[in-house]
Amino acid sequence: MLVVDYRSERLSRLRSLLSVLTYPLQALASLPVDLSHSFADTVISFVELQKENRRLKEQQFVNDAKLLKLAALEKENTRLRMLLENSFQLGEQVLVAELVSVKLAPYEHTVVVNKGTRFGVHAEQPVLDANGIVGQVIRALPSSSEVMLITDPDHAIPVQVNRNGLRTIAFGTGQPNRLHLPFLANNADVVPGDLLVTSGLGGVFPAGYPVAVVDKFEARPDKSFANIYATPKADLEKSREFLIVWSHSTPVVLGEPGKPPADAQDGRESANGAP
Amino acid sequence: MARLDVLAGTYFVVTVAAAMVLRVMSLFPAMDIFNPDWVALVLIYWAIALPERFGVFSAWTVGLLADVLTGRLLGQYALIYALICYFSINEHRRLRQFPIVQQCLWVFFCLLGSQCVTFGLESMRAGNRLQLEFWYPVLSATVAWPLVFMVLRYIRVMARIV
Repeated sequence: MLVVDYRSERLSRLRSLLSVLTYPLQALASLPVDLSHSFADTVISFVELQKENRRLKEQQFVNDAKLLKLAALEKENTRLRMLLENSFQLGEQVLVAELVSVKLAPYEHTVVVNKGTRFGVHAEQPVLDANGIVGQVIRALPSSSEVMLITDPDHAIPVQVNRNGLRTIAFGTGQPNRLHLPFLANNADVVPGDLLVTSGLGGVFPAGYPVAVVDKFEARPDKSFANIYATPKADLEKSREFLIVWSHSTPVVLGEPGKPPADAQDGRESANGAP
Repeated sequence: MARLDVLAGTYFVVTVAAAMVLRVMSLFPAMDIFNPDWVALVLIYWAIALPERFGVFSAWTVGLLADVLTGRLLGQYALIYALICYFSINEHRRLRQFPIVQQCLWVFFCLLGSQCVTFGLESMRAGNRLQLEFWYPVLSATVAWPLVFMVLRYIRVMARIV
């Protein structure tokens, strides 16, 4: 039975069926924490609310200004891509999911969110929060799904350095808020403070989302690879709301409608920002 | 007699459900690594107290639910709980006579076995990593056993389940 579950998808129906029984238990276990949060929301003071409101308004203002520029840039990008005749865009759609406060296994960085296959969630979907990549869906059940965080020791995510497009892989360490980049040479052009973004390779994570900031570069003269650590951008410990993303990896052609699509492989490579 | 069956069954289901809730509850995130396997403790108690009612099969079923609850491979906890239950039922006459400290020792070895099986399966699935945190639940379960034993015996005596 263990082997069958490991090797094939045949038992997933049984798992969904049993999850109908176990989801209420998870919801019950999450109740005290949820209640304390809603209580904290209810008794927040007027002054604090005012402060938060002002802060959010300022942020909204700044974001609006950025968005204006972004729209112009996007237009320009599309125009340039059309000139190159390999133009396409990635359509993306998101769903907000809330954290269910349960701990599945203490030594794993896996969380449960309250949206499942009933909302069309499926395995291997990327999960974000407002600041960056959080992880990916590893199993979708009818009314909940399990999300593996990028800090899980079994997790690896393809990234590139935003400054110079250097590609590598970031591994989780098992410690909260720490990523490890073991495959960069000692003379690699990485300095603390560099932003790592998803490279889009591997097909799970869409390209260009912030993942982490490099905080330690440790050259090891006796080894061929350096020891590099990074801190995730996303608030993995504190976020209670996540975005589950549907990214259509099939390119959508933007050129003239009658024209046959340009070489898709070519297009994908240029979209990943290869230098 | 039939009434007693229903009663015992109800109490079994309720206590196991409560144990499952405790299992995944995360009130103090710092204490999560010490959270013992409450479901196993409750199953051991019922296996000792009422071996003629709850056997290996009920433990297996509960284990299957625990697998779904904690997102393991289907059958992992089913196997572990069935094994624990089998040995506890085999030894239930002796275990009932044991003082509580000796029972704790039994629980310790049961949970150690369970953790070993878990570790074997997980390292089969994905890489080998043996951390100190992996063994904390065994110790905390041993410490928690007297509490579970007292509470469940109180419930059983109150409900007059024999």
